Amino acid sequence: MPLKIRKRDDPWKWGALVVFLGALLFSLAISGLLLAGQGKDALEGLYVLWQGSFGNLWALEGALLKAIPLFLCSLGVAIAFRMQIWNIGAEGQFALGAIGATWMALLFPDLPGIILLPLMFVMAFLFGGFWAFIPAFLKLKLRVNEIISTLMLNYIAILLLDFLVFGVWKDPASFGFPMTPEFTSGAVIPHIGESRVHWGILFCTVVGIGLWAFMRYTRLGFELQASGQGSRVAKYAKIRYGMLVMLVMTLSGGFAGWAGCVETSAVLNRLQPSLMVGYGYTAIVVAWLARLEPLNIAFASFLLAALRVGVENLQLELQIPASFGVIMEGMILLTVLAGQFFLTYKLERKHRS
Amino acid sequence: MWEFLIPLFAATVQSGTPILYATLGEMMTEKGGVLNLGVEGIMSISALAAFWVSLVTGSPWLGFLAGGLGGMALSSLHGFVCISCLGNQVVSGLALTILGVGLTHFLGVSYVGLSAPGFFPFDFPLLSQIPVIGDIFFKHNMLVYISFVIPVLFWFFFKRTSLGMHVTATGEMPAAAAAAGLKPIALRYFAVTVGGFLIGLGGAYLSLAYMHLWSNGISGGRGWIAVALVIFAFWRPGRAVAGAYLFGGVMAFQLRLQAMGTNFPSSLLLMLPYLLTILALILSAWRGKRIDAPAALGTNIEPEG
Repeated sequence: MPLKIRKRDDPWKWGALVVFLGALLFSLAISGLLLAGQGKDALEGLYVLWQGSFGNLWALEGALLKAIPLFLCSLGVAIAFRMQIWNIGAEGQFALGAIGATWMALLFPDLPGIILLPLMFVMAFLFGGFWAFIPAFLKLKLRVNEIISTLMLNYIAILLLDFLVFGVWKDPASFGFPMTPEFTSGAVIPHIGESRVHWGILFCTVVGIGLWAFMRYTRLGFELQASGQGSRVAKYAKIRYGMLVMLVMTLSGGFAGWAGCVETSAVLNRLQPSLMVGYGYTAIVVAWLARLEPLNIAFASFLLAALRVGVENLQLELQIPASFGVIMEGMILLTVLAGQFFLTYKLERKHRS
Repeated sequence: MWEFLIPLFAATVQSGTPILYATLGEMMTEKGGVLNLGVEGIMSISALAAFWVSLVTGSPWLGFLAGGLGGMALSSLHGFVCISCLGNQVVSGLALTILGVGLTHFLGVSYVGLSAPGFFPFDFPLLSQIPVIGDIFFKHNMLVYISFVIPVLFWFFFKRTSLGMHVTATGEMPAAAAAAGLKPIALRYFAVTVGGFLIGLGGAYLSLAYMHLWSNGISGGRGWIAVALVIFAFWRPGRAVAGAYLFGGVMAFQLRLQAMGTNFPSSLLLMLPYLLTILALILSAWRGKRIDAPAALGTNIEPEG
């Protein structure tokens, strides 16, 4: 039965959701096969994964905790991707944000939280934003491909972080471990009540709503939306494309920088290499799965954060390597990309005339 | 001076070779109009495939072939997503890197520290006798000698064969190519898979002729350097050779400096290749030769109807 490709006349209403769920199921099936290939019981593995992700309150708290940095990074990735600026440097901008925040925390250990925390957030934004401004500048002035430059800056940022915690910032009392001294209480974002979740989640909500309002109600936000159609449309609408690119990249890096600040302050309470667990790369997966929409990003960050927590459980109970989660992320993204074909096209039986 | 420089240049060739394979592979892919950002993932997985096959069969040659085929398999996944399903090439390539690197860690974890039969240096008959040149270029393993031939074949393929010209046409103007009776879809698949095979050979080199021991994160950013070098090389094989050896040189130099035990912090030294990558792109932009990029690079071919 020969098939024929035809463009859809109307968009497929629930298509995006169907494709997403389909991709999730497909990736779970393949992951089960991978587990079976390692001599584990695939169904048990998937059950342990589910239990670890959503099984109890502890798991949900863990997922919320991890969703916070993912959400911030992913918001940054999404505003850049919307303009067709391929910022894949969230990982490095996240590191720089953490460095900026740590600098403040170490410089003014005696300040009260109400002054020190805002200072850390400002510095994290500036550092992360600067790290993203470099590739934007290079792209505009010297036509350097931003995919490569942002990625190279990731490697450089991680090495810079290593340099600091192995060297000048190393805690003399750490018995040689590469880490800064523990932050004073003024530099730590407090927890909400008795839970493990911290006030960074409120910060996320404010940033998310703020960005949404900015995009919707300001002229600059409108220009950003319009220039997403490409530089030619932007020029036609007399929009200062170059300035917008630099603005968007700085914002994008600043958001990732905030994520680095939140994670260092609230979760680790110090700067150490274990900060870098690939949130910046997962954020790209999140942004694309969410079709670059802020509200979807909130859901997708939670989902992929839950997956990470579930994989930790899998690691603990069945000794599955942590990279299992990375494989799933890659697979879900690839399947969604392939499946999005059906949003614009459909296959039909070829009619013989 | 020479006693320092000749071993350094020889080490340059040794560490530039995997980058050369990968750069030519990516160049092949891009010539057909498809951007493949999965090079890092493809190199990782093919390094593992090569290592595993060589370990199991005891034949490094079979391992080398397996590396190429592994690269081909992963790239055809990218091909399917982009060429057939019209997925975004940038995002698909990133997904491929995430998947490939993850899969390599997952499957390779039990081999860490093991070694498989590999390729070892020998003096190439006659040519290794040439003073200086012989010492630098002809005292390596077989895979290095093979890499000397590939840029020439690459050049010949694109300049002198009709298939090569058809691939170029697909990368420049797929619509016109289709109007001329060519099959752009098939040609793109060809470029992506053959390119993936070459990238895979680069990965195989890492585990069979460079490290000799399996370790996690074996690719170490070489895949991304290869992507950058294609731009630096203006899509020309000759410049790819120069670029690959430039990076091989920096890596060899940095290793030597570390081995000599300087006080310079190693994390700053390790930044060198990445800084140089950005610098290389700045320099190539300076000459302002944008036109050399295949015109349809990164855009998918929409089906009719």
